[in-house]
Amino acid sequence: MTFRTNFILDCVSSIGWTLMNVGFYLIIFQFTPTIGQGTGWDQDRFFLFLATTWFINSLVQAFFMPNAEEFSELIRTGGLDFALLKPIDTQFLISFRKVSWSSLSNFAAGLVIAAVALYRLAHHETDPLVPSALSVVLYVLFCGCGVVIMYSLMICLSATSVWLGRNQTLYNFWFYITNFSRYPMEIYNRGWGTALYGLFTFVIPVLVVVNVPARILAQPVNPETSDQWWLVGWALVATLVSLAGSRWVFRRALGSYRSASS
Amino acid sequence: MIFSTALAERLVYRGDFALGTLMRFLPIITQIFLWFAVFDAIGSADGSEATEIGGFGFRDIVAYYLLTMIARAFSSMPGLASGIARQIRDGEIKRYLIQPIDLISFLLLNRVAHKIAYYAVAIAPFAFVFYLCRGYFVDGWPEPHVLAAFVGSLVMGFLIGFFMEAAIGMIGFWFLEVTSLLFVFMLFSFFLSGHMFPLTLLPDGVGQVVRFLPFKYLAYFPAAVFLNKIPDDQLPLEMAVEAAWLTFFIVVCRFAYSRGLERYSGYGG
Repeated sequence: MTFRTNFILDCVSSIGWTLMNVGFYLIIFQFTPTIGQGTGWDQDRFFLFLATTWFINSLVQAFFMPNAEEFSELIRTGGLDFALLKPIDTQFLISFRKVSWSSLSNFAAGLVIAAVALYRLAHHETDPLVPSALSVVLYVLFCGCGVVIMYSLMICLSATSVWLGRNQTLYNFWFYITNFSRYPMEIYNRGWGTALYGLFTFVIPVLVVVNVPARILAQPVNPETSDQWWLVGWALVATLVSLAGSRWVFRRALGSYRSASS
Repeated sequence: MIFSTALAERLVYRGDFALGTLMRFLPIITQIFLWFAVFDAIGSADGSEATEIGGFGFRDIVAYYLLTMIARAFSSMPGLASGIARQIRDGEIKRYLIQPIDLISFLLLNRVAHKIAYYAVAIAPFAFVFYLCRGYFVDGWPEPHVLAAFVGSLVMGFLIGFFMEAAIGMIGFWFLEVTSLLFVFMLFSFFLSGHMFPLTLLPDGVGQVVRFLPFKYLAYFPAAVFLNKIPDDQLPLEMAVEAAWLTFFIVVCRFAYSRGLERYSGYGG
């Protein structure tokens, strides 16, 4: 909060980006009732999906992005020595050093989008959708899982700096991978997209990050469609596996770390 | 000399750069799936009765995104405006006042060299991706006169991008900090140039205004020319309008530079 103008500008720029995205999807929904045939992602539901993307990304960008960036830099400059000396878990120390508050403006933008979408869904003429208390609790829980998966991925990516020396493409790579998580997963599941669908669901589970919570809120999972439950279950498993995986990669990275300072 | 220095500067990290260029095409994959889903929901995406929106079928849209990558590679000028503004602020611009070099020509030559170096390396990944995606270009290669117009629109797009950004950098003579302004400009240019979607998808009222603005020459226009979306009888007129915008920005840029120099007081020692 030291540089107030800069802070405000960062917020304005994030909100500008949000508005552009909303505009883009509004234009798409001028032409189509749903994204993908029979997927049920109509305009209001999709905007709920979009809001979920915004929540998760803003949390990751606010709390972990600056730290992951600094971690890469600490490795390169040898500053990691000091972190290693401290009597506290290094991964914990590295992960929670800084917070980029301006990224939370996107969280606020997400709240606005979600509020409008929920209001419109609740006032639909045919089968209005009002989420139950349980689905809201599950939504928050699985958003949390999504954040953890994204965090794990980010730690893995930034830890590669130990081997690569410098990791300038971190941001790019991050952007390209998370790009896949921004759409309903059904749209990939056709033709050669099935390979991508499998890869990003099971190997690098970015597809469950937004899809699972958004689905819980927008298309309540009901017991009859059991194919949805495996997804929810898998999201939990994926969260634990990614966290453990990131921990493993982090430790391996520390093991290979040789100070650069002296 | 200026030219060859800039060229050499760019060719240092070839491999890394080619890989980076290839990665830049990755977001198009999600766009392909998104648009397929959209077209799938309103009719058939492929085949003889493929649906069209805003004059674009599914394959056209994918071809469009690929072509805007080329157009943006010509017209984007990373760091140009902010570089000029910084030189003004730091007083580095004095160099151009005491040496017999014209700032604008120097920067332009520099950019031309950078772009040529860029293409020397980027042509391989670009060709590779376009070869893979050749199926999306339904009509194949356009006719020679359209192709000529396409090349012309790319070159003019490059020049418009250059003079537009340079003119904005000149604002630095009046306001010392232009970052915020630049940001708004970038945001507008991204949206209004047609980088996110073909401009014909915009609703009528807004669409007319946006298609009148110069931003469309940075991405939308060259791609639309290549895909035969501009009728033959309108093509010369459209090209003339583009040339007119280019002249306008050259004049604005020159004018702002000469007026700015009069105001300039050499900050930074």
